[in-house]
Amino acid sequence: MKRTLLTGNGAAAWGARLAAVDYIPAFPITPQTEILETLAYWVDNGDLDTRLVTLESEHSMITAAGSSAATGVRTFTATSSQGLLHGMEMIYTVAGWRVPFVMVNVSRGLAAPLTLESDHNDIMAARDSGCLQLHCATCQEVLDSILMAYRLAEHPEIRLPVIVNLDGFYLSYTREPVAIPDDDASRTFVGEFDSGSIHFKAGAPLSHASAVLGGSTYSYFRYSQHLAAQRGLSVYEEIAEEFARTFGRRHDAVEGYRHEDAEYLFLMIGSFATKGKEAVNSLRDAGWKIGLIRPHMLRPFPVERIYSLARGKKAIAVIDQNISMGKGGVLHTELASALYGKPGAPPILASFIGGLGGRDLPYEELFEIAKTLRDSAAAGATPPPRLLYTETELLEMRKLQAIAGVRIPFEEVHHD
Amino acid sequence: MYRIRFHGRGGQGMKTASRILGRAFFLAGYEVQDAPRYGAERRGAPIFAYVRAAKSPINERGIIQHPDLVVVADDSLIGLPAAGVLSGLTDRTIFLFYSDTDEKSWQHRLNLKNTLFTIPVDTQAVDPLQRRYAGVSCVGGAARLTGVLDQATLKKAIEEEMADRSPHTVSTNIDHANATFSLLAQHDTIIEEGAAISAVGYEPPKWLELAPDPAAICAPAIYGGGTSSKVQTGLWRTMRPVIQYDKCRQCWWICSTFCPDSAISVTENRYTRIDYDHCKGCMVCVMQCPSHAILAIAEKDADKVTLQEVPS
Repeated sequence: MKRTLLTGNGAAAWGARLAAVDYIPAFPITPQTEILETLAYWVDNGDLDTRLVTLESEHSMITAAGSSAATGVRTFTATSSQGLLHGMEMIYTVAGWRVPFVMVNVSRGLAAPLTLESDHNDIMAARDSGCLQLHCATCQEVLDSILMAYRLAEHPEIRLPVIVNLDGFYLSYTREPVAIPDDDASRTFVGEFDSGSIHFKAGAPLSHASAVLGGSTYSYFRYSQHLAAQRGLSVYEEIAEEFARTFGRRHDAVEGYRHEDAEYLFLMIGSFATKGKEAVNSLRDAGWKIGLIRPHMLRPFPVERIYSLARGKKAIAVIDQNISMGKGGVLHTELASALYGKPGAPPILASFIGGLGGRDLPYEELFEIAKTLRDSAAAGATPPPRLLYTETELLEMRKLQAIAGVRIPFEEVHHD
Repeated sequence: MYRIRFHGRGGQGMKTASRILGRAFFLAGYEVQDAPRYGAERRGAPIFAYVRAAKSPINERGIIQHPDLVVVADDSLIGLPAAGVLSGLTDRTIFLFYSDTDEKSWQHRLNLKNTLFTIPVDTQAVDPLQRRYAGVSCVGGAARLTGVLDQATLKKAIEEEMADRSPHTVSTNIDHANATFSLLAQHDTIIEEGAAISAVGYEPPKWLELAPDPAAICAPAIYGGGTSSKVQTGLWRTMRPVIQYDKCRQCWWICSTFCPDSAISVTENRYTRIDYDHCKGCMVCVMQCPSHAILAIAEKDADKVTLQEVPS
């Protein structure tokens, strides 16, 4: 084991290297490209015995990933944002093939307007695809999750692609200390890819994903995929337990932080959850009983684990770094469906949307969210959903609009 | 926790500088987070990078709001609001400028009471983008001001971060870091670790209910043409091309065609004129001019040169 400073992208490349992947179909996109550059460098200088091929689009790249996995080859790929969406037809398709591979998504907000910076709408678009999802909060977790993701994807009862998500900039370009496990220990942990019924041999034809007409056949295949995805939680927990025994680091499906005696909770995913932890520490120092829960696994959605951590609390603030247009925060909706009607479910689930397109999440806002939770719990009423957006930000927006030649009525600008 | 912010221009090695300092802290047993922060990367544009270091795991993330130390590797950025050098300063923020202008002048110009140190500029290169050791010189100074990093650690950090460079490059960088490390000896340990963020007495955010605007207002469209001219890309320039009209042979199409930013226009009598609001200082025109009529002047010396009027 060597502990050194790595970016999230560097940690992702190390994860693929230690998993001894055989094939990497590649296509560049900011802020993911550094992963493939790093892997290409290793392939080039002989550190990594892997076939790396650049494809002409993400659609082809994901097709190639699914196809190679369908021949029993351990496959890794990576994309982000518009790239993930460009390949979306094949994301659903290859998951339906029931073939295992690991893909890293480096989260970046979606167009339009275009941005390079991070939010979770890209990965949320793959939420219903059948690919399992692990969301990382630190660079260490990126590396560790990739090793665990291969075990999960290749498990005979699962056999689905796993997407490991890390946030652009906040992880992708940020260096942190990362323990790089030894080659041998990693290979022993990940093991050989036992492809089971998957094969590609001349003389033994195998056809993936035939057309099925008539809803009942279709229903069988689709629901079986759903059941496999759901089984992913208990399989993941076994893998995470073994990982903790082997490497000494725990990555629970849902992380709880100072939650046991808490009255209030933040619910966050991804790298901003570490800011949430820091806010919890500050609030605890100021006498608050507050904690944080962070789903590391988002698909399958670990309903029972979240319920057990949330049960009996007065109020939860869900901070969504995404927005479902016309509905609101996706995690808020999911949490509500996970808790509704259960004994001891917190009466207040407050929805906050923040960090879109890489907007920062200042600590003052987290403190104010805590205050909102306390006030709402005291009043017994759920507050309306809130976008984290300040007067100063709108003022700056109005200046930009003036430059852009947007005609804004006088009373809109001077509304007070 | 130490919270240190580096400011410089794209191409001046701020990412490398922040990584060398981050690596030095890591080698000294600290938990570290270092990252550059920039938009679409571009040479000459203001960028910054930051380093956090603490003895316990770091949960903070993203830009540093209130730095303990602000390092500026190019003093022409200090007066640029876009560079944000003074952003989030507190009474205890310490400044380290790579500049030949002395401390008292800077404090006077910026109306600052904060402690401020300067490192003399390596005068070998006139163009700030060619001052190869600005970053590492700043790192040497910053390391000394913390008082927790010694020269052996600094040397090892430079060797590790510059492992793919030639031994000569590495040793020259080490020499420059050592020089500033020694220069600031009497200010050893002046930087103290900043306190944890407090949830007591914070200033609450002025949240706003975003009201629906009509699509004509809130669609991300730019109605006014030519708005990019409002972005003064000339601020990225560190070297200025100056046309000497007494030497210009009026072969107007050469410099104006080669200019990659369309910043050279042609006058009615076939002379050319440089738009300094948008010239990025790439010096392509200087290289192309067949009569050698375009001078390359460092921006800081630009006011010493009298611009010749375009002949009528």
